[in-house]
Amino acid sequence: MLVVLAAGLAGLVFGLGLIVSGMANPAKVLGFLDLGGAWDPSLALVMAGAIAVGLLAFRLAGPRSLSWLGEEMRMPKARDIDRRLVLGSLAFGIGWGLAGFCPGPGLVALGMGEGKALIFVGAMLAGMGLFELVERARGR
Amino acid sequence: MTIAWSQFTPGAALAGGLLIGLAAALFVLLNGRIAGISGVLGGLLRPQRRDIAWRVAFIGGLIAAPWLYRLFAALPLPQIEAGTGMLVAAGLLVGMGTRYGAGCTSGHGVCGLSRLSPRSLVATLAFMGAGFATVFVVRHLLGA
Repeated sequence: MLVVLAAGLAGLVFGLGLIVSGMANPAKVLGFLDLGGAWDPSLALVMAGAIAVGLLAFRLAGPRSLSWLGEEMRMPKARDIDRRLVLGSLAFGIGWGLAGFCPGPGLVALGMGEGKALIFVGAMLAGMGLFELVERARGR
Repeated sequence: MTIAWSQFTPGAALAGGLLIGLAAALFVLLNGRIAGISGVLGGLLRPQRRDIAWRVAFIGGLIAAPWLYRLFAALPLPQIEAGTGMLVAAGLLVGMGTRYGAGCTSGHGVCGLSRLSPRSLVATLAFMGAGFATVFVVRHLLGA
């Protein structure tokens, strides 16, 4: 139960951070991605702030075998830098640049009641579903 | 390149970034997991019984954040220029891409870089590079 509450709290704080930072606004994101126009460097500071806290947190978490709530630590095991990683990330970046939405801000904008965010999130879920279908067909 | 000083919001960006970092810190220290939004959401499409509740709670927290924010301040409304076709194409690419690439801005960009993961560094450079290139093509070559 505590694990579920903690997850909800983390999601809530994450969403507040996206709103406060400006990341939940696609126009702001595109202003950052537009190096050829009038560039808005704000989002570099979002990353810097998040990573500053993250470095500390993951250093604290690193040596632990159980979390503060007694859960098993589930850190990614994959190490390989392969075609899936690179091509997938490139495709994600193209989609990000087209609309200015990545997954978190899409969900937060959905919570703001934006109809356009509903279209984006629906298509994103369809894309994720397509991935699952292909993976299952290939027996993974 | 010119800097859009009038759009630059360093204080809010840094404060929001610290909150995002705090959320990732809470999630790894309390639950032992990576706060990667595409992974948390995508995992619901391959549901495992013990996993469903916390995934739904995390996504619910994200969606509820505007409601909490509104209790304290006026909510800044998102400006979304893309039309329906563009949003559908963007969503499909983001959905498939983040699952094949095993992460998005949060999982690779925030958590992965904080873990000093070379894999996440490559992913982050790839999606940032593709994002910069796409906006350049759309805004400056196609003139949309």
